[in-house]
Amino acid sequence: MSVEVQIRQGFQGFDLDVSFQASAGLTVLFGSSGSGKTTVINAVAGLSKPEQSRIVINDEVLSDSAVGHWLPPHQRSLGYVFQEGRLFPHMNVRKNLMYGNALAKGRAAVVTLDQVVEILGIGNLLERRPAELSGGEKQRVAIGRALLARPKLILADEPLAALDEPRKAEILPYFERLRDEFSLPVLYVTHSIAEVARLATTVVALKDGRVDRVGPAAEVLSDPSFTPMGPRAVGAVLEAKVVKHHKDGLTELSANGVALMLPQLSHAVGDQVRVRVAAHDVILSREAPKGLSALNIVAGKVHSVRAGGGPGAIVAVDTKAGRILARITRRSATALELSEGVICYAVIKSVSVAPQDIGAR
Amino acid sequence: MSDWLGPQEWSAVALSLQVAFWAMMGAVVPGIFVAYALARWDFFGKQFVNVLVHLPLVLPPVATGYLLLVTVGTQGVIGGALKEIGVVFAFRWTGAALAAAVMAFPLLVRSIRLSLEAINPKLEQAAATLGASPVRVFFTVTLPLMLPGLLAGMVLAFAKAMGEFGATITFVSNIPGQTRTLPSAIYAFLQVPGGETAAMRLVVVSIVVAAGALILSEVLARRIAAKVGQA
Repeated sequence: MSVEVQIRQGFQGFDLDVSFQASAGLTVLFGSSGSGKTTVINAVAGLSKPEQSRIVINDEVLSDSAVGHWLPPHQRSLGYVFQEGRLFPHMNVRKNLMYGNALAKGRAAVVTLDQVVEILGIGNLLERRPAELSGGEKQRVAIGRALLARPKLILADEPLAALDEPRKAEILPYFERLRDEFSLPVLYVTHSIAEVARLATTVVALKDGRVDRVGPAAEVLSDPSFTPMGPRAVGAVLEAKVVKHHKDGLTELSANGVALMLPQLSHAVGDQVRVRVAAHDVILSREAPKGLSALNIVAGKVHSVRAGGGPGAIVAVDTKAGRILARITRRSATALELSEGVICYAVIKSVSVAPQDIGAR
Repeated sequence: MSDWLGPQEWSAVALSLQVAFWAMMGAVVPGIFVAYALARWDFFGKQFVNVLVHLPLVLPPVATGYLLLVTVGTQGVIGGALKEIGVVFAFRWTGAALAAAVMAFPLLVRSIRLSLEAINPKLEQAAATLGASPVRVFFTVTLPLMLPGLLAGMVLAFAKAMGEFGATITFVSNIPGQTRTLPSAIYAFLQVPGGETAAMRLVVVSIVVAAGALILSEVLARRIAAKVGQA
């Protein structure tokens, strides 16, 4: 399973030149608005035709401008989840769901209607019209409609951007299941670092029409020089397993043997989760701290110190749990004599690991 | 009703309904095509087509009728060619339908175009990504969504065709049973002494048909708007 994309397009005062490859799982196209991510996903969908393109999904060439090959969207076997849902207003939910399904008889089904209804919990909505649905319900139907179109590739263009926070939290798990339970490549556009941390198998970070970074989510996010949203939004992602739910409301995770305490999670014991640790929630100490209220203290070795233009610095610490980023002042970095190879302790305030930054994987 | 209306009057009413119905039916497919082209495509001469379509709305109807006579009449360029294959419009009820269709066409196109422009093209894109070919997108998404405007336009075209007078009388004259539609009949009755009561009866029929068409279009538009979820 693979996704190969090369796109070139000249705009007025802006050139887009994007090329990346991704293997199985969910590939996030990440970047601020104007970075070109929507242009890329629409070219993959066939909705807009760039000057030059070569797009290959699982050995099927969707476009190759070198030989003048360009498949129209309806021949690309897609499931596209749009930001605004784009459900057909004149059809009820059932007809919306089955729209693409009826047109793709020749291809293998990814799911049945019954499965989609069960997974997305939309059984009571089937006879309703889109106008009668809430924003979250519309997006669930849109996901179902994309899955039922027997796609070979799922595209999603900021599918959560139009939703409020509780609705985002409601829809996110469905994309996790999409990533984990179906062997379909997913191309997902977002400008939210929390969604990247939670969903991405591979991150393709775009900046000014170019690929800035490509790589596994944990690797890209724990790179201290990767600060797309400014130093305040920096944070590493740790992979962990749920070990125990304690009686006092804390959940114990194990990140490669390192115990982490978090406020009660709803996941079952044994589940794999992703934890995002924001750099501004990490304090560094040269000695093993004692008498601190913080529960999570992880020993490690400084990998690098990156000072920006301001008073802050980002320190990357390699620990047994994975790489952790800490945002401290340059003054502290100097005072603590932090430099490559120095042993230090990362203190993580457990309460600061916000629920929307924790996702199953 | 046939007792109340004399045979001549009845014939005019029936003929008018027939002419208006076929004018509407004949105009609807070209109307959709032209409205779609004007709303969605960019092509050379678009402004010219736009003006040509709307011309009958602003031109004196008699002028339109005369233009039809010199082009589609038996001596005309198009009419001559059509006569070769046995199609004659001049001085037939089909000619009255053609004149009515031409006069009603701009109203139909305007109405369809407005409803087309209200459709979000993103819905059509979504249908394409789900595997629908452009033709299927049109019939499963575009057409159902523009149905309220289409039906309102058809009713409007029907009413316009019922009342068309100037172009009809110029193009196909005023032949009883052949081209004497409601307005022509009213006009003819008013030309003869003692024809006022017959004319008045036909005016009443005109009012009933016109009001009925308007009410029907309102009801249809509301029903369909509710059905397509745009109410």
